[in-house]
Amino acid sequence: MDKRNAIEVEGLTKRFGDFTAVDAISFQVAKGEIFGFLGANGAGKTTAMKMLIGLSRPTEGMGKVAGFDIDKEAEQVKRNIGYMSQKFSLYDDLTPKENVRFYGGVYGLSKNRIKEKTREILKELHLEEVANKPVVALPLGWKQRLAFAISMVHDPDIVFLDEPTGGVDPYVRRQFWETIYQVAEQGRTIFVTTHYMDEAEYCDRVSIMVTGKIEALDTPEKLKEEYNANTMDEVFLKLVRY
Amino acid sequence: MAAVVLENISKKYGHVTALKSISFRINDGEIFGLIGPDGAGKSTLFRILTTLLLANEGRASVAGHDVIREYQQIRKKVGYMPGRFSLYQDLSVEENLSFFATIFGTTIQENYDLVKDIYVQIEPFKKRLAGQLSGGMKQKLALCCALIHKPEVLFLDEPTTGVDAVSRKEFWEMLQSLKEKNIAILVSTPYMDEASLCDRIALIQNGEILKIDSPEQMVRDFKKPLYAIKTEHTYSTLNYLRSASYTRSALPFGEFIHLTTAKPYKPFQIKDDLERVGIPIQEVKIAAPSIEDIFLDLSNTDEFING
Repeated sequence: MDKRNAIEVEGLTKRFGDFTAVDAISFQVAKGEIFGFLGANGAGKTTAMKMLIGLSRPTEGMGKVAGFDIDKEAEQVKRNIGYMSQKFSLYDDLTPKENVRFYGGVYGLSKNRIKEKTREILKELHLEEVANKPVVALPLGWKQRLAFAISMVHDPDIVFLDEPTGGVDPYVRRQFWETIYQVAEQGRTIFVTTHYMDEAEYCDRVSIMVTGKIEALDTPEKLKEEYNANTMDEVFLKLVRY
Repeated sequence: MAAVVLENISKKYGHVTALKSISFRINDGEIFGLIGPDGAGKSTLFRILTTLLLANEGRASVAGHDVIREYQQIRKKVGYMPGRFSLYQDLSVEENLSFFATIFGTTIQENYDLVKDIYVQIEPFKKRLAGQLSGGMKQKLALCCALIHKPEVLFLDEPTTGVDAVSRKEFWEMLQSLKEKNIAILVSTPYMDEASLCDRIALIQNGEILKIDSPEQMVRDFKKPLYAIKTEHTYSTLNYLRSASYTRSALPFGEFIHLTTAKPYKPFQIKDDLERVGIPIQEVKIAAPSIEDIFLDLSNTDEFING
């Protein structure tokens, strides 16, 4: 594996019976890159991502994430990545503090490290005042950033974000992307799935999956040039529809 | 005749004000968009107009009937597609459609014309249970069910949320064809890019209407200097711009940063300033405002505005 890469995938395939959900996809993601993983509903995004995060075994092909084999070292992969889902998996009836403690415990952090992390997260997100109120009372944007911070509680090199910006408040989305830029600038790799095509334009590079295959992969700028389109939305429509 | 009229409609849930004195009209055959984020009050407005919820103040009428006194007539004349998928998951496509036709005292055959263009797309799956359809197909079926009794006014609450770009595009093409049949459509969406497909839009936030106009007119009315800046150093550029004296707001906008300034500048002046402080900049150009720029400008942007 090239030291500059955070993810390397070669001929990755997943079949369910006769159905090929992911059809021999290959790509690399560099360290510190914001990589957008796009596709229509049912294109195979989620299946592909599950293999990358060690939750599903590939039928064929190989992949390395954070230096570990996704098939043979799935456990190591899970320990070395962060993951945030659409529903941002915070416990609503726990406070921000308790959520940090819980996830810190899950990842086996020491008591001192959890204390340190809690202080750091609450300070950075300006959550000190609500540190002891249940998460359910927080505005969507705060919850989202808290979930993102917690997904990195164990300082992983890569964070997987699975459709993180549901809710689509224009500010909340921008605030969230700023946080992503900030994290990427610190050298962390961001792998993000979304079906908001305008959001694809925030990424350094994007891949577009159509019926199990990666049909396009490049910077948003080059893709727009190649497909003679003004927006990623147009690129997507041209690829998927015709 | 106006298909929908609202006069000073307000709604509170306990101490929370969901809608603050909302007034507008929708004409026959008009596609009127309600554009705003989660929690803006869009669904509350839909529930009041479809006679499922009573407002605390104000008056409203739909298809010429008062929402309180004549709610029964309204229910016969409107089609409503709620935000949450509300068809019977354990009935087939065909059974769902025939169920909705029957409760409105009609048949699929009688109004087949109206739903034909949409229904042919899901007809190959008519024996499939609704719960097993893809997102795009569920949405098409829900639209058919909302149309099967030939309503005068159609209420679509976030019909494209969570649906992929292709299905969203097809859905808007269907709405255009319904408009030609003189059906008035009130549609809500959190996607600002869909606003341009409406005849008129209302931008709504925290229960208040920020502005109502045609999307084209809103764009023409936006007079603030707006620049698009392209750089590989988005985060540091944003931080610097927010501290710059000329900045009104600086926000990430896809591969660009959108900057509004208090006074107009030449793009090269901004580029020079950024390069002076050592930020490599690929391009600065004057940007055409989108509905999203307008929305962000009109709504409360404290957190992003300089000073």
